[in-house]
Amino acid sequence: MLSQYLFYFLSFLAVISALLVVFSKSSVQSVLWLIVTLFAISGHYIFLLNAEFLGVVQVIVYAGAIMVLFLFVIMFLNLNQEVEAHKPAVLKFAATISSGLLLIIIIGSLKGSEQLGTHVGSNDFSSIKNLGRVLFKEFLFPFEVSSVLLLIAMVGAVMLGKSEKEG
Amino acid sequence: MVNSELIIALIPLLPLIGFLLISLFVNRISKSLASLIATGSVLVSFLLAVIIFIKLIGLPVDQRVIQVNIFNWISVEDFSAKISFLIDPLSSLMLLIITGVGFLIHVYSIGYMHNDEASNRFFSYLNLFVFFMLLLVMGSNYLLLFVGWEGVGLCSYLLIGFWFKNKEYTYAANKAFIMNRIGDLGLIVGVILIFIHFGSIEYSSVLQAVSKQGGSEILTLITILLFVGAMGKSAQIPLYTWLPDAMAGPTPVSALIHAATMVTAGIYMVARNNILYTLSPISLNLILIVGLITALFAATIALTQNDIKKVLAYSTVSQLGLMFVALGVGAYSTGIFHMTTHAFFKALLFLAAGSVIHGMQGEQDIRNMGGLRKYLPITFYVFFIGVLAISGIPPFAGFFSKDEILAKAFEHSPVVYGLALLTSLLTVFYMFRLLFLTFFGNARATEEVKHHIHESPKSMTIPLIVLAILSLVGGWIGIPEVLGGSNQVGEFLDPVFTSSQVLLSEHALSRSTEIILMSVVVVSTLILIGVAYSIYVSKNTVPQKENSTLSPFHTLLYNKYYIDELYDSVIVKPLKKIAKVFYRLIEKSGIDFMVNTFGNSIVSGSKFARLLQAGDIAFYIFAMVIGIIVLIATGGLMK
Amino acid sequence: MKTVQGISLDYYIWLSAALFTIGVLGVLYRRNSIIIFMCIELMLNAVNLLLVAFASYYQDPQGQVFVFFIMAVAAAEVAVGLAILVLMHMNTKSIDIKVLNRLKW
Repeated sequence: MLSQYLFYFLSFLAVISALLVVFSKSSVQSVLWLIVTLFAISGHYIFLLNAEFLGVVQVIVYAGAIMVLFLFVIMFLNLNQEVEAHKPAVLKFAATISSGLLLIIIIGSLKGSEQLGTHVGSNDFSSIKNLGRVLFKEFLFPFEVSSVLLLIAMVGAVMLGKSEKEG
Repeated sequence: MVNSELIIALIPLLPLIGFLLISLFVNRISKSLASLIATGSVLVSFLLAVIIFIKLIGLPVDQRVIQVNIFNWISVEDFSAKISFLIDPLSSLMLLIITGVGFLIHVYSIGYMHNDEASNRFFSYLNLFVFFMLLLVMGSNYLLLFVGWEGVGLCSYLLIGFWFKNKEYTYAANKAFIMNRIGDLGLIVGVILIFIHFGSIEYSSVLQAVSKQGGSEILTLITILLFVGAMGKSAQIPLYTWLPDAMAGPTPVSALIHAATMVTAGIYMVARNNILYTLSPISLNLILIVGLITALFAATIALTQNDIKKVLAYSTVSQLGLMFVALGVGAYSTGIFHMTTHAFFKALLFLAAGSVIHGMQGEQDIRNMGGLRKYLPITFYVFFIGVLAISGIPPFAGFFSKDEILAKAFEHSPVVYGLALLTSLLTVFYMFRLLFLTFFGNARATEEVKHHIHESPKSMTIPLIVLAILSLVGGWIGIPEVLGGSNQVGEFLDPVFTSSQVLLSEHALSRSTEIILMSVVVVSTLILIGVAYSIYVSKNTVPQKENSTLSPFHTLLYNKYYIDELYDSVIVKPLKKIAKVFYRLIEKSGIDFMVNTFGNSIVSGSKFARLLQAGDIAFYIFAMVIGIIVLIATGGLMK
Repeated sequence: MKTVQGISLDYYIWLSAALFTIGVLGVLYRRNSIIIFMCIELMLNAVNLLLVAFASYYQDPQGQVFVFFIMAVAAAEVAVGLAILVLMHMNTKSIDIKVLNRLKW
């Protein structure tokens, strides 16, 4: 029972803070609410879904690195004071309607998908040891490629960030 | 027999290799190398053909068939076509003619074309032609025959229009090509019918099936359609008008393609399918009638022509008609025999005419010649031999073959004999007219031309001499029994025509009749020569200039019975008018309208659709989300 | 019905669908491109959550490995995307998505 309460709590937290990401007035607040969402999801990973490794990585990469990057950019560009123009009400209404439709359709299409897969692993499938084995055996090549991708992204970001006069 | 298979495969392959070598390096190799390759490849082919011929002779009479399968070409369900060659007496004789005469003409061309800047191109076409012609006669099925048939048509087109800078010449090439296309349509439809009816396109299986089934209406239809193809290729009425115009090409081409080989493809085809024709008397009669009319018709036209090559061209048409007469009365080997001798003496005549033209700086009008005997002695003698041969003076080649045709015609019916005799007498007259006007009498050339007249180089005269010898002795392979010979060529070809001969009742003429017929021909020929001599040498008559008034009949002949004009007004002009109507009605207001409407609607539609691309990312995302919703929803509904 | 610790898989489907839709809503709703960017991250996380949930229910480590790769790609994407945003702000003094209206033709 405890785990069900935990699920409801974390889910509620995630959805509410996600809504606040969209609707809060200032960008910095949005970022902070997104961090809360990410933490809630990481809680799901760690406490409910037996994915401790991913939960930790989620916190480190998303909450730790990516969101800091967002925050840094917002402060760097001094965007917080800026008064953001909002879309007209009609468009906002249309946006809400269409995302509501999307929700219904996604849930409808995902219904019954739990029967699609097959039960494969043993109980310790999500141990870091086991994950590492899968990652470095079956997915060794994609893993190496992703490191190249990160390198390219780094170089690309530096190139873009450089002011054009120097280039 | 591995050895002879290789040899057989090499015979057509060598000219093809020669063609590829010359045409790929057309601008890189020197003229002498190109002519060496071309001539050499045909010479080697000729030698190989001789080897095969000797091998064939060495075999027992009833086993003289060698079939060589090279590879399977097409194999689709129940249709299969092989690249395979059939060597039997008929095709081996054709091989000898094509490669032998072809080789001589190649040698001649070295001299004739040495001043032409595009002589490499000329030799490559010539080699290609030899290749296709060999394919035509060697192929063991109708499809290969058709490939060769089309191939020689293409080469004929290329070579007639060889001097394509002259518009008239390209028109002549087009005319030949289109006329041939009409005939080829008949041929291909005939071949398709053969496949539908017999389920195979191999000669051997078709012939077997035919012998079992006997004649039928569909067989008549097939043979008539095949003959339509022959009409086009062998220049018979009504598709003969291209051949005289085809003289636009270089003279060696006229000799090789339009006298010795390609135009005889029709004869070969009919002879190859002799059993089919024998079993459908209607088609056989059609061949006889068409051949007779063409022979007579062309001979009368030739009486009045003044262009040395045109005369020879009409003479070719007429002689081809005579060959068809022979085929039409069921004397297949006689037709082939005459084709052989004709190949010798007509090639000789054309090449000699080419030598005259060469010596006269391109002059082709016999009204401007005369008295050339002094200037071109070798050419004169060989031309004279050619004329004697075509006129059927014993013991020249033409005498034996022509006489055999006349004898067979007499067996068939006296009327046919009469008309054929008339044709051959007309031939005598116009050939001697040509000879006398060209080589006897006063020299009518202008002083400047006269100054330049010269005998042709050795590379031209040697082939002429060889051909002249062949024109003399070529007929000796078929000396009839009456004169103490044994008609070897007939016996040699017999295996091919065995099944036909069983069906055709043969009532040989008595010896006395045959001798009487012969003497009639010879005597009347000699009389006619005398007449021609008195007109053109003693009285020195020269055909009048273009615009002078002639007798109505003469005008009719001079204008070739207005056949070209008739075709023009009956077929070409109405077709053009119809085409104009179609152009306005269907092309302009139909197809163009439709296409333009499509284009316009797309242009205006995109003017509207362009507005969607406002560049607003927010809108793009919105549209994307809507699209995703629709996609997933339809995906769900499809389930 | 499959459960992990007494929770049905359906619940996770609903949760991640909700989070994904909120992400889409944010993208459609706002004009601030940084918020839009964050909403994209939110969508990625919703998908990740579903992947991890499926991986747990089928006890298949591959789902988790996939999430790991998505994170790596997301990190790269954010680095480049934010660099572009910085450049855009330097050039136009705005991060309003309306400014990016030259994506035509």
